[in-house]
Amino acid sequence: MAVKTKEPEELRIGVFVCECGLNIQGTVDCTSVSEYAETMPDVVAVIQNKYTCADPGQNEIKKAIAEHNLNRVVVASCTPKIHEPTFRQCVADAGLNPYLFEMVNIREHCSWVHQGEKDFATEKAKDLVRSGVARARFLQPQIEAEVPITKAALVIGGGVTGIQTALDLADGGHKVYLVEKEPTIGGIMAALDKTYPTMDCSI
Amino acid sequence: MMDVGRHPNVELMSFSEVESVSGFVGNFHVTVRKKARYVDPSECTACGECEKVCPVAVPDEYQQGFSSRKAIYLPFPQAVPSSYVLDMENCLGNNPIACGKCADVCEKECINYDDQDELVNFEVGVIIAATGMDVYDPTEYDEYGYTRFDNVITSMEFERLICAGGPTGGHFIRPSDHESPKSIGFIQCVGSRSKDGRGNPYCSNICCMNTVKDTLLLCDHYPGVEAKVFYMDIRAFGKGFEDLYIRSKEEGVKYIRGIPGDVVEDSQTKNLVLNVENTTTGKIEKHELDLLVLSQGVIPRRDGAQIKQLLTLSSTSDGFVMESHPKLKPVDAPTKGVYIAGCVESPKDVKDSVTQASAAAARASILLNAGKTKIEAITSNVDIEKCNYCDVCSKVCPYNAILSADKKTNKPPTIIEAACAGCGACAAECPQDAISMRHFTDEQIMAQVDALLSVDPHKHLIVFACNWCSYAGGDMAGTSRLQYPTTCKLIRTMCSGRVDEKFVLQAFRLGAPMVLVSGCHFSDCHYINAVHWTQKRMDRLWNKLDRLGIRADRLQLEWISAAEGQKFAKVMRDMEEKLKQVTEEEIEYTMKKLEEEAKKEEEKKAKKAVKRAKVTQDQEVNA
Repeated sequence: MAVKTKEPEELRIGVFVCECGLNIQGTVDCTSVSEYAETMPDVVAVIQNKYTCADPGQNEIKKAIAEHNLNRVVVASCTPKIHEPTFRQCVADAGLNPYLFEMVNIREHCSWVHQGEKDFATEKAKDLVRSGVARARFLQPQIEAEVPITKAALVIGGGVTGIQTALDLADGGHKVYLVEKEPTIGGIMAALDKTYPTMDCSI
Repeated sequence: MMDVGRHPNVELMSFSEVESVSGFVGNFHVTVRKKARYVDPSECTACGECEKVCPVAVPDEYQQGFSSRKAIYLPFPQAVPSSYVLDMENCLGNNPIACGKCADVCEKECINYDDQDELVNFEVGVIIAATGMDVYDPTEYDEYGYTRFDNVITSMEFERLICAGGPTGGHFIRPSDHESPKSIGFIQCVGSRSKDGRGNPYCSNICCMNTVKDTLLLCDHYPGVEAKVFYMDIRAFGKGFEDLYIRSKEEGVKYIRGIPGDVVEDSQTKNLVLNVENTTTGKIEKHELDLLVLSQGVIPRRDGAQIKQLLTLSSTSDGFVMESHPKLKPVDAPTKGVYIAGCVESPKDVKDSVTQASAAAARASILLNAGKTKIEAITSNVDIEKCNYCDVCSKVCPYNAILSADKKTNKPPTIIEAACAGCGACAAECPQDAISMRHFTDEQIMAQVDALLSVDPHKHLIVFACNWCSYAGGDMAGTSRLQYPTTCKLIRTMCSGRVDEKFVLQAFRLGAPMVLVSGCHFSDCHYINAVHWTQKRMDRLWNKLDRLGIRADRLQLEWISAAEGQKFAKVMRDMEEKLKQVTEEEIEYTMKKLEEEAKKEEEKKAKKAVKRAKVTQDQEVNA
């Protein structure tokens, strides 16, 4: 559900460019990207870090949010698949709605796939940051719905893996439905004589 | 096995299959088909009287066909549940008048020929897929003669022949003459690490150690037996594995580095002669053996498509199920609340399977113990002011999360937020632009298109990539350091079904030479079938471009899965070639033409608005 808040009087965007050691910096000229970001409208703070995801990098974000009164945060680093949750939590810790955070992928989608083309890769990184900042301008705070978890698990497959999973969950006090296609559990393991490295019976 | 069968918290549903799964993290609705067993497992005491009188004999799958079982049978003595099952395909009791012997002798009266499949529904918070693997069928390696020679067996068949619970009571014999073989050979990597198109290119992980184990069993049971292992590399990498390998060599097992070229059978003795280049000595050798074991590889389950579809799981290039992250989330599936463990993920031995099982259970417990979780605020939202009750949205929604609009009563559509998964197909299809997707709004995406094309527009390939497959495929290309040209600029949407016609047209209007829309393969779609709307919309767009005199193949559509990093890189290289062929004139014409179209569209809208205002005014006057 979108939060009905008063539109901020002005956009105050912070851009954080990550070097990721040499993973990004090795191909993309991060300083050039940072300088470019500074020229973008409404960008009031640009900070370059060796590792933005590490504690010092995250602290820089939190500090900048407070210092510059940022209301949008853009991190240009790796894929959101890895660190979007990290940075959402980071901006939330600093009092900003996590949906006011935007991530730009200049590692998997840039430095790692254009290794021989430093200039072009740097230009591309600038393009991607420009796109991310443009999107960030329109970000709105959101509230995540909280859903209850039904206290039961479905385990599909009754081989050694399914059996162990079911037992662990059941021993932890959870209701488990263990579904096995065959008339008996055991799977391939049950068809083995002995198993290595202990050389004991499989069943 | 016993523990799980009698655990008060475990409801064991054997001989059952998951029929459907719907819902979302914490709130999955599951339907399971309990197949007709024709024997009531709660009543059956496994006394075995029924089996004695059953006149039907069929090959016993558990014993790899080395012995027979009856049509009513116990899969194996330690089966859980410890209950007989009736194989109706082979039973004569289909027509009880014809036989019915087992029912006659069953004192507990637990045999019921009219038993029916039963559908059971329940709710769970988390799901763990542990559907396992299959073993490779070596038939296509005809040079080893598996189908031609009696004394060539597979490693799974070896297991039954050496097992005390096997068809021979653990007396290890060879099939041709039931004599104890004195010399036994093992060929490694059958169906694994293959480069010739047969079998699979990957290492099956378990076969080296399984053979080491087999040789030790032979040496233990039959001191003095001659065992030879033909291999490429022995991979004894796990804890305690090297010790076993050394022990095997100390027992006298010969390890010969070289994979035999062919196997010939002596028609008299039924012995086997292997021709092999020993790559350590560089010499061609001949080895005569009494029995040959093919160390077969591991393959993804042959019926694996079913579970992938039920839980929207993707596969890696080897066909096994893909994890959320290969290092950091090895037992999480991309769908929240779904986990994977064991050989469904990759070939692994018992220890690794158990390790992953415990890992998956621990991961699942986090949610179960928390009792609640937050779901991403990426859901759709209707602007009632703009809605004209056409009801397209409710028809588009793959989740039935939109309650229909009604024109007559001016009832706008209602979005059930908990059921909305956030694909955005409704927002893209809504003709009135009355639906917006939270966090992936039109203005957010349009801002990205505008920003990218605000500098050197002719140099950019605009790519709309879905979050789950194509964007992740791009990540995979990155992780694998696969190189491609810098022209492509990705814009992420949750689903390719979110890509509105106007995003594409805007890109062309601003001077983009090429636009690529990429999403999941139809079978992988993270949003059931939202990707079908991508296809439909693209067809409409191609027609439109054609009508406007714009080359339609400047708009491309590709399905790229999360595992297809190589395909992603190749597609980007191909697009670059196509992009080079787009001329300045074409781009200029496109920009001009679409500008005109946009103006026309605006005028039309303005007229409509005036008309609507007038109608409202008239209505007010009338009132």
